[in-house]
Amino acid sequence: MLDNTPKKDLKYVGKDVERIDVVEKLTGQALYTADLEFAGMLHGKVLRSPHAKARIKKIDVSKAKRLTGVHAVLTGKDLDYRVGLYLVDKYILARDTIRHFGEAVAAVAAETPTIAQQALDLIEIEYEVLTPFLDPKQVFDKKAPLVHPDLGEYSYVEAVFTPVPGTNIANHTKLRKGDVDKGFKDADFVFEREYTNPNVQHVPMETHIAVGKWDAGDRITIHTSAQSPFTVRNLFAHSFKIPHCNIRVITPYLGGGFGGKAGIHLEPLCCCLSKVAGGRPVRIQATREEEFSLLPCRSGLTYNIKTGVKKNGKIVAQKMTMYWDAGAYADYAVNVTRASGFSASGPYEIENAWVDAYTVYTNKPFGTAYRGFGHVEFSWGMERQMNHVAEKLGIDPLQFRKINALKPGSKTMTGEEVVENTGDVVKCMEAVAKSINYGKLTAAEQAREKKTGMKIGKSVVALQKAPAMPPFTGTVMILKLNEDGSVTGSHSLTDYGMGTYTSLAQIIAEVLRWPIERIRLPIENDTDRDPYDWQTVASKGLLLSGNAAILAARDLLDKCYDVAAQALRAQKCDLDHDAEKVFVKHHPKSHVTYQQMAVGYAYPNGNAICGPIIGVGRYIAQGLTNLNKETGQGNPALDWTFGAHGLIVEVNEKTGAYNVIKVASAYDVGCVINEGSVRGQAIGGMLQGLGTAMCEGYIYNDKGQLLNPSFADNKIPTSLDIPEEIDCIAIETPQIDGPFGARGVGEHSMIAVCGALGNAIEQAVGADLTHMPIRQEDVWKALQKKSPAKKTIAAKGTEKKAAASRKKK
Amino acid sequence: MKITLTVNGKKYQRDASENKNLLHFLREDLGLTGTKEGCGAGECGACTVIMNGKTVNSCLVLAVEADGAEIMTIEGEAKNGKLSKLQVAFKKNHAVQCGFCTPGMIMSTRALLEANPKPTVEQIKQAIEGNFCRCTGYQQIIEAVQDASGQLKKKEGLKRA
Repeated sequence: MLDNTPKKDLKYVGKDVERIDVVEKLTGQALYTADLEFAGMLHGKVLRSPHAKARIKKIDVSKAKRLTGVHAVLTGKDLDYRVGLYLVDKYILARDTIRHFGEAVAAVAAETPTIAQQALDLIEIEYEVLTPFLDPKQVFDKKAPLVHPDLGEYSYVEAVFTPVPGTNIANHTKLRKGDVDKGFKDADFVFEREYTNPNVQHVPMETHIAVGKWDAGDRITIHTSAQSPFTVRNLFAHSFKIPHCNIRVITPYLGGGFGGKAGIHLEPLCCCLSKVAGGRPVRIQATREEEFSLLPCRSGLTYNIKTGVKKNGKIVAQKMTMYWDAGAYADYAVNVTRASGFSASGPYEIENAWVDAYTVYTNKPFGTAYRGFGHVEFSWGMERQMNHVAEKLGIDPLQFRKINALKPGSKTMTGEEVVENTGDVVKCMEAVAKSINYGKLTAAEQAREKKTGMKIGKSVVALQKAPAMPPFTGTVMILKLNEDGSVTGSHSLTDYGMGTYTSLAQIIAEVLRWPIERIRLPIENDTDRDPYDWQTVASKGLLLSGNAAILAARDLLDKCYDVAAQALRAQKCDLDHDAEKVFVKHHPKSHVTYQQMAVGYAYPNGNAICGPIIGVGRYIAQGLTNLNKETGQGNPALDWTFGAHGLIVEVNEKTGAYNVIKVASAYDVGCVINEGSVRGQAIGGMLQGLGTAMCEGYIYNDKGQLLNPSFADNKIPTSLDIPEEIDCIAIETPQIDGPFGARGVGEHSMIAVCGALGNAIEQAVGADLTHMPIRQEDVWKALQKKSPAKKTIAAKGTEKKAAASRKKK
Repeated sequence: MKITLTVNGKKYQRDASENKNLLHFLREDLGLTGTKEGCGAGECGACTVIMNGKTVNSCLVLAVEADGAEIMTIEGEAKNGKLSKLQVAFKKNHAVQCGFCTPGMIMSTRALLEANPKPTVEQIKQAIEGNFCRCTGYQQIIEAVQDASGQLKKKEGLKRA
């Protein structure tokens, strides 16, 4: 909802307001799930499979059960419940078959963590180790062992997903736009390459934790580090066939999520242990090691891109095939496949596009949502491909991107028309190009090259993402007026670090024209107390909840005007308000204060009217559709946030060592609500993206066992890894249906950083990289294969070279 | 084993089992849950506290090793409900997102500033190298420490094109 107030008159929106949850976090007083104590609480622990694929021949828990202090022991045999977000394929504990390294096989609840561990050690299991299916590219091999032979029996969301029973395909997303065969015929050149990236761990600083209590009469209470309390409740209700109103899910302060805490994870197991233990609360806190394989990760991707392009640089056809390494369970991976499928070209217009995106089951830890939701992964390939094609054509890569960028009048891959207010990706690219002095080396940079002996390279890449969500995604904000004229909000978007609550408070304060100190949005959420929100994922929170906040604030004021109109014997159209009162415009002294009306307005003689005041704002995404399952055409995007990164790197040509000198990022956020939060998202996501680009990723042996489930062996960026210089730029092309014109930017900062790094390294030293992360040895290896002429191809030579791969007509 | 230690200026005497680490002792026995557990292996720094003037990963220190020690945790940083200068700088510079690394981060930077009241950017980076933060990208934390030490020339900001 775009407001007509001129920006200069806005008091809170667009300002650098301090976070509303910062004091309790700075003092250690914010209570996260692990900080909560419950009477009689037991400690749960999970026994995990050391094998990627195995049959459980025998499992004996009798000794564990006899251990003093143990209150519950469960194996898969005890729990005939399947859970799943979109495809219901996962038992709470493995039954008969082990499908990935680290899978939960048995669980215990005991009076202390030590006793729980002793009990686990007493469980005896015999496995028959089987050959795992590990390579998603072998999905069409008829002899490949099936991860889920029963796939055809699972229930799933039929309107959206297409599992293929009898194969390892959990979902096949198709997109067909235009006539791709004709497009390739019309192309002057065709280039086809393949790009890969591995599984990656989210690494929230707070590991997954839940405390579940299953009381008599099937009343359930769950405290959990989940991102989306209502999704936990909904999936729990479906799996156990328990009424929603019997299940209460509470999310205290959350120590990061990044998508890894969306969905449902430890909660069912805690509750099942609690049921056996007579309703005592059971807590399971994942260890860091468990975070890597018991809990989900990001799916790996093998991405094949075939691009048909005209001599003038216009892409006329593109065929894109994605093999998503989903691991053993579908979880969010099927939807990552869908969302990245309709977005797979990046922010570029492809007249004739063809996508086949496969979610492939493998015997590995399973993939879920991770900041960027597939876009980080495909962007790596797409942005490398854009440079590859540009280089072959002899066109500057930035110019090549501009030629093909989505602009007003373009059609996205799903056929949605881009308009002026969709956002401006070209402006983003130009802003970062300027920031890094793209296309040349400054005098200082030349001097630096001389001094260090390293080569400096620069790149500009572009990105886009829309929220991946059902077309009917809705939310509610309730504002309750307090006795002193302050308000307390109630809603179920969670804030696991992003700062959205502060932005919402700013929006509410702006609409009410009240000081922000009088707006309270409690950080904890409770499904018994707060109204519904679908989930906190997808960078949709600010737009949807921001609109709900505007509507709630307007509704609250409307209710106040109702009271004032009656009390002041005036028409509502003659009233106005300020921070303290509602008053008659032409007789401002005739007024009613918010305190006077908060819990019901009373006349001097004691007569009262109206009762306590609340404002309600409900908002749901407008005009979205499911995608046609055969063509992928439709309208899936709440909003598109465009962006670009400019990156400067210096590379040692002999050793492959490199340093990131500068990253400039620009996002078309529509309207900045909070400067500090936008910058926080921009920098935080950029470094998380650099982690993915530089060093993070799962390493398995040939048996599918994970070799690096720790910070010692799976490094994440530290303060020493940040670029020397960081620049954050906001472009503000207002989103018509965004709150004050704003759109989300939570995930975008992480997308395309990988491509930016790969392209800048190639520009510096000619190392041609197709796999990320890019470790020093990868650069060195690529340098060994480098063709000496690569960096200085003349335009004429390019055409000759490229002609070799020209498709025969 | 009976141990006596001072935490945030207050003396405590407790029985501590030999295999309990200081982190769990602080959280479970003393109820000081501000100090967080991020990995339990001395890698992430979420459990950083100051012991006898030096930062330690409290998950790698046994409670019995802290017998007689002087310890500061995040709960000792604000005085009488008032944030310290360092905390105010974190607040002002958006140096906090999810907040889980924050207690450890404050402890590391508090120890830095006590040893070195005017640290350079490089020294700040070195001082927090052992404190993982997955949200902020560290930059705003570095700016907060510069600010707290009176060295932030102008507040770094978002450029609006």
